Amino acid sequence: MSTASVQLPAWINYIVVPILNLVLAFFFSGLVVWAIGESPLEALRLLLIGALGRGEGIGFTLFYATSFIFTGLSVAVAIHAGLFNIGSEGQAYLGGLGAALVALSLDRYVPWYVTMPFAVIGAALFGAACAAIPAWLQAKRGSHIVITTIMFNFITSSLMNYLLVRVLIVPGKMAPETRTFLEGGQLPKLDWLISMFGGKLGAAPLNFSFLIALVMCFLVWMLIWRTKLGYEMRTLGISPTAAGYAGIPYAKIVMIAMLISGGLAGMMALNPVMGASARLQIEFVGGAGFVGIAVSLMGRNHPVGIILAALLFGILYQGGAELSFDMPSITRDMIVVIQGLVILFAGALEYMLRPAIVRLYQQISGK
Amino acid sequence: MSLDLPKEIEPAIELVGIDKKFGAVHANKNINLTVAKGSIHGVIGENGAGKSTLMSILYGFYHADQGEIRISGKPIAIRDSQAAIAAGIGMVHQHFMLVENFTVLENVMLGAEGGQLLRKGVASARKELKRLEDDYGLEVDPDAVVEELPVGSQQRVEILKALYRGAEILILDEPTGVLTPAEADHLFKVLRVLRDQGKTIILITHKLREIMAITDTVSVMRRGEMVATRKTSETTVEELAELMVGRRVLLHVEKGDANPGRVLLSVRNLTVRDARGVTMVDDVSFDVRAGEIVGIAGVAGNGQSELLEAIAGIRKPYSGEIFIDGKPVAGIGPAGLRDLGLAHIPEDRHHMGLVLKFEEYENSILGYHRDPRYGRGAMLDLDAMRKDAEEKIAKYDIRPPNPRLKTANFSGGNQQKIVVAREIERDPDVLIIGQPTRGVDIGAIEFIHKRIIDMRDAGKAVLLVSVELDEIRSLSDRILVMFAGKVVGEKTGDAGEQTLGLMMAGIAA
Repeated sequence: MSTASVQLPAWINYIVVPILNLVLAFFFSGLVVWAIGESPLEALRLLLIGALGRGEGIGFTLFYATSFIFTGLSVAVAIHAGLFNIGSEGQAYLGGLGAALVALSLDRYVPWYVTMPFAVIGAALFGAACAAIPAWLQAKRGSHIVITTIMFNFITSSLMNYLLVRVLIVPGKMAPETRTFLEGGQLPKLDWLISMFGGKLGAAPLNFSFLIALVMCFLVWMLIWRTKLGYEMRTLGISPTAAGYAGIPYAKIVMIAMLISGGLAGMMALNPVMGASARLQIEFVGGAGFVGIAVSLMGRNHPVGIILAALLFGILYQGGAELSFDMPSITRDMIVVIQGLVILFAGALEYMLRPAIVRLYQQISGK
Repeated sequence: MSLDLPKEIEPAIELVGIDKKFGAVHANKNINLTVAKGSIHGVIGENGAGKSTLMSILYGFYHADQGEIRISGKPIAIRDSQAAIAAGIGMVHQHFMLVENFTVLENVMLGAEGGQLLRKGVASARKELKRLEDDYGLEVDPDAVVEELPVGSQQRVEILKALYRGAEILILDEPTGVLTPAEADHLFKVLRVLRDQGKTIILITHKLREIMAITDTVSVMRRGEMVATRKTSETTVEELAELMVGRRVLLHVEKGDANPGRVLLSVRNLTVRDARGVTMVDDVSFDVRAGEIVGIAGVAGNGQSELLEAIAGIRKPYSGEIFIDGKPVAGIGPAGLRDLGLAHIPEDRHHMGLVLKFEEYENSILGYHRDPRYGRGAMLDLDAMRKDAEEKIAKYDIRPPNPRLKTANFSGGNQQKIVVAREIERDPDVLIIGQPTRGVDIGAIEFIHKRIIDMRDAGKAVLLVSVELDEIRSLSDRILVMFAGKVVGEKTGDAGEQTLGLMMAGIAA
């Protein structure tokens, strides 16, 4: 009780505590690996080499991280306004439709850099549209945003299934997907970025949307901490009564925050749809929306933290895939267990070590 | 600093060399305190003086870094509140710890049910409760649902709860904050009976008059130290106030005669209902003129909060009208009202007036953040905000003078100064204020009261709501009394306490 009020220096809060949490998560993951009869250290080595050992691995890691940055930002923007948007999954899915429609209509006529801004807007608009109804229900009717956004995940999923199977499918084909976009509808790969560090991108789908994600990180930081709108969102998020006192309009801020959140989730679709597969495929989001929740939590809802957390999950995704390939006894599901442990220790148990750290800090600093 | 007790009186509780630090804050410095069995002992001190920390140590919420606690002469370790209860210490918190939709009996039994099945426990608890009520004159219906009881009775339930657990030493934390003067008198009667039956009572309060009225001995804390212990009969209010603050204090606000001008704030037939449709403000009309302070007296919960919120545009009136300088302002909302020259120091600085997680400078613009002086267009100008905050910090002596400090880490008095500075520095025409000095230390009270008088003298209209009758009486030029949502009467500023007290209880008009 007494340690909660003690302020720790930023470097402990933002560096030491997360690293200790991560070490704990890996320690318990190691126990799991050890329990099924494999060497934890070997597993960790394979995981890290798989994710970071070669240019191609790094390319995959950053590709996954790109998606998680978008969805992490989406969750974070909503959280700053006190809204728990767990519909990023569905918003990203519908965002894919926006991006695909732009790509399908423009790819024949213009180069990618003309298509791209329209695709960004299209993806954001469709993502925002998906968030708009839950936002309106929350703002005007008080329906809980958690419930409505979950339900919209199912609604978008069904809608997209219908569209892909009945409308957007290439006639005569079996696969529920659109036609492949021409070059004018594809985002270029970032070979140059990896080769700057002497690696080769190979088959990894790291693409231009990574840079868009970084720009969005900066814009979100500006929005939250440097604009009046961000100030209003934070006030509402921390203290709705203080927001009411200050004359900050609840319904308007809820709508704006959710539209921005949905828009950011929608942009996630640029990465797999226009960057990797160059077509709209069924279930392309693949859980990235939900990972975004963990990424935002771990990253303390700050863009810099979100980038770091997204990289961590990128490493787990890519390294985990390699690991289960090299160590067949560690299956896909085992990787999910390890990811779960990371979320548990870094997110849910974030403050578990805090009292001990506070006491240690007080002893060392002699206060 | 302990009092020389006559040999035949045994000490109920002794604190020896209690020391407690929170990081850099030295909350309790080598505290020694002896309280005689069968006495009422007052502990006073400004906010942040360390009273609450000391009592929390006694009740097992915190652990002292050093020092010893002795109960009836025996040293004991109080690990948690269970251990405190076992040692015979009971606590009545400022905010009641009752399950509102349980009956009195159920609340008293809670945590001491006596076995897995309730039946047997209920029967014996009922008997014991009856005995306690008879012994101490604490009459409450055991089968009444707590939320339906008046506040004074709820407090009696808290006391019964402690006694039921065998408390010999009773700690009361600011017990009269929510009571009418009559209810407070009743409480004091109960406390005297308890004392006469051999219980020991520690009363924590910042109200000097209560100390004088009820305690046998009194200790004063200042900045974590126990600076003095006195027999109440041998001290004066002035001496205690000086000991608390460490310098001479003006207990009475100096103010000249009011010079009322034209009507700046006018409320006509205002009715406000809460979310459940219950009428909280009932057909209220009054005017506040330029250059006068109108005080609204009343026991908390009689519609004052809703009235303030309606005038501030936070709460929608059900019917009636509000005019600022003759303009109807219904439905304009807080932001628009600020533009019209209305400033609002809200009752609840923790939830309304401040965002505690914000840094100080962020709070110093709350409500005025759209003003171009804090940034052009959509952007915020952090440098301008901080400079503005620094000016207010200097002018209002807000401590520590650090605009980057998290607001939650300021003391209550300094938090209130942040709000007062923000609202008054906008130079509003109409200032509405709720509980300006709740939880604020004496030094800051003096300062805030002066600012309010200055506003009046500068020709502003001031509406003041407070549950502190002393505050209302010393500041107001006219006093309206609210009871059950209605204004039941108007008196001049020099009205007697008893008259107002009766009106507040709904007895006289």
